[in-house]
Amino acid sequence: MAEVIKYEPEVLIEEQGFDDHFHEHHHGDKYQSNFITTYIFSQDHKIIARQFLITGIFWAIIGAAMSVIFRLQLGFPEESMAWLKPILGQWITIGDDGVGHLSQDFYYALVTMHGTIIVFFVLTAGLSGTFSNLLIPLQIGARDMASPFLNMLSYWFFFLASVVMFLSLFVSTGPFAGGWTAYPPLSALPQASSGSGTGMTLWLVSLVFFVVSVLLGGINYITTVLNLRTKGMSLWRMPLTIWAFLVTAIIGLLSFPVLVSGFLLLMFDRILGTSFYLSDIYIAGQALDYSGGSPILYQHLFWFLGHPEVYIIILPAMGIVSEVMSVHARKPIFGYRAMVLSILAIAFLSFIVWAHHMFMAGVNPFISNFFVLFTLIIAVPSAVKVFNWIATLYGGNLRLNTPMLFSIGFVSMFISGGLTGIFLGNSAIDIQMHDTYFVVAHFHIVMGVAAFFGMFAGIYHWFPKMFGRFMNETMGKVHFWFTMIGAYAIFWPMHYIGMAGVPRRYYSFDQFDAFRHFAVMNKFITISAIIVFFVQLLFVFNFFYSIWKGKKVKTKNPWGANTLEWTTPIHPPHGNWPGKIPTVHRWAYDYAKDGNEFIPQYVPLAEGEEAGDH
Amino acid sequence: MSTPLIIVLIAIMVMVLIVQIARLTELSGILRGEEETEARDNRVQARWLLVFMIAFLVFCLWSAYYYKDYMLGFGPLEASSIHGKELDNLFSITLFFTGIVFIATQIALFWFSFRYRGEKGRKSMFLPHNNTLEIWWSVIPALVMCGLVAKGLVAWNNVMADVNEDEEAIEIEATGVQFNWILRYPGPDGALGTRDYHKITAANPLGQDYTDDKNLDDFLPDEIVLPVNHKVRVRITARDVLHDFYLPHFRVKMDAIPGIPTFFVFTPKETTQEFRDRLRASGKYDFLYDETDPSLGPYWKNVNFELACAELCGKGHFSMRRTVRIVSEAEYDAWLQSQKSYYLNSIRNSDDDPYKGQLLNVDVANRKAEFMDAFAKADTATSAAARIVRLNYVHFETGSATLTALSRYELANLIDVLDDHPDLRIELAGHTDNTGDAAANQELSQQRAESVRDYLVQHGINANRLTAVGYGQNRPVDTNDTEEGRQNNRRTEFQILN
Repeated sequence: MAEVIKYEPEVLIEEQGFDDHFHEHHHGDKYQSNFITTYIFSQDHKIIARQFLITGIFWAIIGAAMSVIFRLQLGFPEESMAWLKPILGQWITIGDDGVGHLSQDFYYALVTMHGTIIVFFVLTAGLSGTFSNLLIPLQIGARDMASPFLNMLSYWFFFLASVVMFLSLFVSTGPFAGGWTAYPPLSALPQASSGSGTGMTLWLVSLVFFVVSVLLGGINYITTVLNLRTKGMSLWRMPLTIWAFLVTAIIGLLSFPVLVSGFLLLMFDRILGTSFYLSDIYIAGQALDYSGGSPILYQHLFWFLGHPEVYIIILPAMGIVSEVMSVHARKPIFGYRAMVLSILAIAFLSFIVWAHHMFMAGVNPFISNFFVLFTLIIAVPSAVKVFNWIATLYGGNLRLNTPMLFSIGFVSMFISGGLTGIFLGNSAIDIQMHDTYFVVAHFHIVMGVAAFFGMFAGIYHWFPKMFGRFMNETMGKVHFWFTMIGAYAIFWPMHYIGMAGVPRRYYSFDQFDAFRHFAVMNKFITISAIIVFFVQLLFVFNFFYSIWKGKKVKTKNPWGANTLEWTTPIHPPHGNWPGKIPTVHRWAYDYAKDGNEFIPQYVPLAEGEEAGDH
Repeated sequence: MSTPLIIVLIAIMVMVLIVQIARLTELSGILRGEEETEARDNRVQARWLLVFMIAFLVFCLWSAYYYKDYMLGFGPLEASSIHGKELDNLFSITLFFTGIVFIATQIALFWFSFRYRGEKGRKSMFLPHNNTLEIWWSVIPALVMCGLVAKGLVAWNNVMADVNEDEEAIEIEATGVQFNWILRYPGPDGALGTRDYHKITAANPLGQDYTDDKNLDDFLPDEIVLPVNHKVRVRITARDVLHDFYLPHFRVKMDAIPGIPTFFVFTPKETTQEFRDRLRASGKYDFLYDETDPSLGPYWKNVNFELACAELCGKGHFSMRRTVRIVSEAEYDAWLQSQKSYYLNSIRNSDDDPYKGQLLNVDVANRKAEFMDAFAKADTATSAAARIVRLNYVHFETGSATLTALSRYELANLIDVLDDHPDLRIELAGHTDNTGDAAANQELSQQRAESVRDYLVQHGINANRLTAVGYGQNRPVDTNDTEEGRQNNRRTEFQILN
C-alpha cells in the first residue's frame, strides 16, 4: 500500500506540464485589448460564463416574481390587486368597489412566461451556459473553447433572444398566453387569444434566436471536450461535470432543431395560411379555411425536444452535485463508471419517451404502450444515481457548508420529484393525473427545485473560482434552509390538490364543486412562495455583495479538490495557466486514498500505487 | 398603508437583519479560526438536517392521512365508474412501492449526512465503487418497474378500447368551444347525425347537416344525464382550439381536437344520490355548500358530478362547467322523453333550416300515415257524411285556384289511394269561409275543386271517376266568427261516392 504522497504543486506542474507555447502566441494580442473586448464582447470562456450567469439571475428574478403574482391570484382571489396597477397597468382592472382584479388574459400570460423564462432562459442558458463555459476548459486542461468566437456569439444570441422576449412583455395585445408548450390552434390563432398575436410572434422569434445560442454553445462544448483535453486526460478520467456537460450538449444538438422545425411549421400556419396543425376550425363567427392539419403533429415535434429538454436541465445539475458532493465529503463519488453509464443511458432513453406527455392527446393508444415501457425504464438509471449519491455520503467526513447542503437537498428533491414521475409515466394512472396539479408538483420539484439546487451548489462552490472571493456562509445557509423547507411547503400540497382532481392552468377554482374547497391549502402555498421569493432576493444580494466585499480567497485550492480548475491562479488569466497546462495522471476522485486527504489529478501515481478507478 | 406594502417592508427589514447577522458571524468566524468554525458549523447543520428529516417525514405522513378523504381514489371518493377502480388500484400499488423507496432513501440520505458530519479526527473512507451493489440496485428497481408496466398496460389497453360492434352503448357527444361544452344526444334513433363546420351558425352551433336524417331527432341538453350501469361512449370534438373532456369522479379524460374526433368509453356505477349518501356518511363533507347561501345546506347535499376542461384553451379555460347527473334507468327514460329535438324546436323553418318551406321525409311519411288512416275510416263508414275525407295538406295561393308546391305530397297520397282502388269514385269539394262576396266565394271554391281534379287527371286518374263541386261558404264546419274557425272552414275535401 502506497503512503502519503508529497509534492509541490507549482513545481510538479512546471516539470510535468504540457507546453503548448500558448503565451508566446498570445502576448499582447487583440483578444482582450480594451474594456469592450474584455468585459462585453469577450471571447474568454470565463467572462462568457459570468455573462450567462448574470443574465440567468436577471431572468430568474423576473420569472419568480411572475409566479408570486399569479400565486396571489390563486391563494387570495378576493384580495384586491389594485396596488399592482402602477406596474401592470391595463392588466389590472379595478371594479366599482375599488377591488383590483388581475385580467384573465394576463394571468395566462404570466403562467406562460414563467414557464418559458425559467425552463429556457434560466435552467438551460443560465445553468448549462454558465457551468459548461466556466468548467469545460478549466477541468479538461484547455486554454479556452475550441472556437472562442462562436462561444461569444452563443452568449450574444442569448442576449438578443432575451431582449426580444423582454419586449414581448410590453406589447399592448399582451404577451403570449398559451402555455410554455404553445399548442396550436390556440397559439396559431390571434382570434383565440389576444396574446397569440404579436406576443406570440415575438415569442417565436426570441426562441429561435435562443436555439441558435444553444446550438452554437453545444457545438463548442462537444468539440472542446473531444479535442482539447490535456495530456493524460482520457475520457474515463474526466470529472462527472464534464461528462454531464458533454452529453447534455449532444442531446441539445439532436433535439433543439426539431423544436425549430415545429416552430417553423407553426409560423407557416400563422403567416402563410398553411394547414400543418389546423383543420375544421370555427372561431369568432367564421369558419376558417384550414384543412387537413393535426395539432397532434405539433405536439410530437414539440415534445421531441420537450422531453430531452428536461434532461438537458437536470444532467448538468447532476454532474455538479456529483462533483460538489465528492469534494466536500472528502470521498470519491461512489460508482463513477456506473454514474457515467447512467448519464449515457438517461441520454439515450430520453429520446424515446416524449409521447408520455401526450397520453391523453388523442394519440392511438397502442403507441402509448411503448412510451410507458421506456418511461418507466428511465427510472432505473435515475435511481442508480440517487443510490450512488447516498453511498457517497456513507463513510465520509462531510463538510456541511452551503454547496454541500444544496447537494444534499438536491438528492432529497430528486427523490421526491422523481418518484412521482413513476406514477405519471404509467399511462393508465395518467388518465386521471394528466393536466392536474399532480403534474405541476412533479415537474416543479425536479426542475424548479432540484435543478435549481444543483445550480446553487455550483454557484456557491465555484464562486471562489469566478470572483476570487467566497459568498457569505451564513446567508448561504439561511438561503438553503428557507428554500429547502419553503420549496417543500409550496409543492408538496400540490400533490394532494392534484389527487383531488384539480386541473392545472386554472385562473380560479370557484366554478366547480369538486375544486373549490382547497382555499386554505392554496393560501398556505402562496404564503410559502412569497417567503421563498424573498429569500432568493437575499441570495442575489449575497451574490453581488460578495463579488466586491466577500471574504477573499487566499489559496488556489480552498476546497482541497482534485480537479484542474483549482490549479490556476486565483484570478485565472486569459489562457487559464500562466505557464504550462498540467498533465493528468489519475482520475478526479482520489480522496482519502492511502492516507492522503486528497490527490489532485496532476499528481503522478506513486510507486506501487494502483489507480483508484480501475 | 396597504397590506402588500407592509409585507414588503417587513421582508426588507428582516433581510437587512439577516445580512447584518451574516456579516457578524463571518467576522467572528475569522476570529475563532477556520477549523473551529467549520467544526461548529458542521455540528449545527448536522443536527438541523436530522431534525428536518424527522419533521419532513412526519409532516408527509400526517398530511397524507389528514387529506385522504379529499383525494380521488381514497376515503369516500372511490371511483364512480367501473374502470376507475382498476386505475385507483394501480395508483395505490405504485404508492406502496414508491413510498417504501421514498422513506428508505430520505432516511438514508439525512442519516448519513448527520452520522458522517465532518469533525476533528474523523477519516473518510476510500470507497470508490461496489459492482455487486450496483447490480442489485439496478435489477430490483428494473423488476418493480416491469411489474408496474405490465399491470399498467393491461389496464390501459382495457380502458382505452373502443366498444365492439356487438356491444350496446349509449353514444353522446361533447364539443368544446371557447368557453363552454355543447352537448348532443342522438335521440330516439340512437345515432348522431353528421356535422360540417362550414354549416355552423349562431342557431346551428355544431354545424349539423340537417339533410342527414339522423340529425333530426338529436337534442342539445344543458347537462349530461346518464343511467347508472350502462356503458357510455362519449364522442369528443372541439370547434376552435384544443379542449379536454374531463370527468374527475369517473376517471375520464381525453383531449378534444378540432378536426379529429376522439372518444372515451366508461360505465357509471353509482347514481348522484348514492354518491351524495356516501359523502354524507363519511362526515367530512358537512361544510356549507355555499357560504353566501347557508340555506342550501351542506356540501354533500348539493354536490354534483361535473364536466371540466383539462387543456388550456384561452382565458376562460377554468370556467367550462357542465353538471353530470347519474340517475336510475327509469328516471333516464323519463328525461329522454321530455327532451325535444333541437332541429324541430330551434331550426325548423328558420333561416338555418335547409328544408325551410319544404317537407321533411318524416313529415311526408307522417302525413301519408295520417291520410291512410283517415281514408280507411271513411272507407268503412256507412253514413254519407262520414265518407268525407278532408285534404288537410292541400293548399292554394291566396285568393287563387293555383295549388301550392307542397300540396303535391297530399295529392300523391290521394293518387295512391285511387290507384289502389280502381273502382273508387269521388267528389272533390271546395269550401270557403264567409269573408267577401258570396258569389265570388262560390266561384273560387268551384275553381279550386276543378284545380284538384285537373291535377289528378294529369297524373293518370280517369276523369270519369272524379266530380268537382264548389260549395262556397254554404257548408261551414266551424264558426266564422274567429280566425281559427274561418281557417277551418277554408278547406278541400273529397267524398267517397260508391
